[in-house]
Amino acid sequence: MSRSTRWSAVLVLMLVIWSVLPVVWVFKMSISDQRDLFSAPPEIVPRNPTFTHYATVFLDPVFRAGLVNSVLIAGTTTFLCLVLGSVAAYPLARLRFPARSTVMTAFLVVAYFPTVAIIAPLFKQLRSAGLLDTYPAIIAVDTAFALPLSIWIMVAFFRKLPGELEEAAQIDGAGIRQTFLLVVAPLAVPGLVTAGILTFVFAWNEFLFANTFLFDQARWPVTVVIPSYASRHSVDYGAQAAATIIVTVPLAATVLALQRRLVEGLTSGALKG
Amino acid sequence: MVSPAAIVIAVVAVFPVLYAIYLSFRDATVTNSGQWTGLSNYGELLADPDFRTALLNTTLFTIVSVALEFAIGMAMALALHRSFRFRGLARTAVLIPWAFPVVVSALMWRLMLQDQVGIVSWLAHATGLTDQPILSDHTSLLVAAIGVDVWKSTPFIALLLLAGLQTIPRELNEAAIVDGATAVQRFVAITLPQLRPAILVALLFRTLEAWSVYDLFWVMSDRQLTSLSTYVYSGVRVSQLDFARGNAAAVFVFATSIVIALVYLRVFRSGGTGEEA
Repeated sequence: MSRSTRWSAVLVLMLVIWSVLPVVWVFKMSISDQRDLFSAPPEIVPRNPTFTHYATVFLDPVFRAGLVNSVLIAGTTTFLCLVLGSVAAYPLARLRFPARSTVMTAFLVVAYFPTVAIIAPLFKQLRSAGLLDTYPAIIAVDTAFALPLSIWIMVAFFRKLPGELEEAAQIDGAGIRQTFLLVVAPLAVPGLVTAGILTFVFAWNEFLFANTFLFDQARWPVTVVIPSYASRHSVDYGAQAAATIIVTVPLAATVLALQRRLVEGLTSGALKG
Repeated sequence: MVSPAAIVIAVVAVFPVLYAIYLSFRDATVTNSGQWTGLSNYGELLADPDFRTALLNTTLFTIVSVALEFAIGMAMALALHRSFRFRGLARTAVLIPWAFPVVVSALMWRLMLQDQVGIVSWLAHATGLTDQPILSDHTSLLVAAIGVDVWKSTPFIALLLLAGLQTIPRELNEAAIVDGATAVQRFVAITLPQLRPAILVALLFRTLEAWSVYDLFWVMSDRQLTSLSTYVYSGVRVSQLDFARGNAAAVFVFATSIVIALVYLRVFRSGGTGEEA
């Protein structure tokens, strides 16, 4: 090993420890019993590993509903973003029209937008429309703010597709709609997956809108449930640890399984901006 | 075909901003648009000590966390760029804190900083760093919030910068080495200017995100620590009596974000070699 290779190995190791160690520690807390949790000096390995904290969390009806709500809200948002995003991204990637770059810039501005700026007027508008504290409201808002990123990723992806296939389809008499549905969409599946996962992560993690526009805890997504759970059970540290692990694991697993694609999607969007 | 997406964005994102600006000049409530009152909402805002605390907290948080994240992230990216090995592993590690919901990272660290069961506070007490509970006063809460943000965002900045480093043509550095340039000279004369677009994206993105920090403060401090965004929230949602003032604070966040973005764009466009996307 050369010196620089060794150095980079040490650095990568530090990076891995940086990212993973806190999660491993909280996982350890989640399977520790009360005595281990409060012991000083702390136990590195729990003496009596236990899953009672997980049982406590799963027995909480609000937490269970939170998981279902998160899947519902993030899932619908992702679906809407993929449908609206791909039909918007395709012409933006392929056609040359004068307002193209203006439209792309406008989308980007919305992606960087401080979302807190609009919670007051939206609160008022949703209230007068009778949509406060409903799923459609939160899904619409999440969709509007996730769409720009989905569109950017998909535009970058569509541009990389070879144009010849589409030309061939058009020579054979296919219209733009047919070309899109029969030729482009099947080829675009990897790009849709990338955009879909990033949108899902965005919507799953969203907190401000959900915390502002949803009152009834039966409709709260898990990001809103967790802090309130921590406030209500402020000394049940084991259960709090278990709750954070439960929310994180499925997400982390999906993201890790598809990491290469996600990094490409994210950085290509960023660097072509 | 762009229009359905554009309509959703216009209705849910663009129109409310204009409406917010309009309402900020009126004594509006949740139910009523009120009367024209000029700048009085803004006057009240600036006179409110709670708003000033929020502004100070947010400013300190943004400056310190973005500076640390950029410095450490740049060091990470440069080191990772020197070798092609382990990059996949590094990427995987980096995505873990990034993919977490902010509320979850905040709660995780709260548990580790907690006075009775927290490993970090145990270490801090054992090494004599502090004998106070970490989550007790505002200063240490702010420091803790900055720490969590650095933990969560630095690897991601490193990744963006690494992607930028990979686009720099090797020949540039090779030619400079032949000409006898030192590593520092090459960094200043080649890497930094070539990396400009990636740096702009990373800094702009992080600064705007930090400037509207909400979830992190909310959960880390169990609502004790205020930011501009938590101030807006408590005006609009918690005590609806302060709707107008909360909304004015929201417009303030929006306007200052635009100023921040314009300053970045200006700094990055002037003083360069004039290469434009």
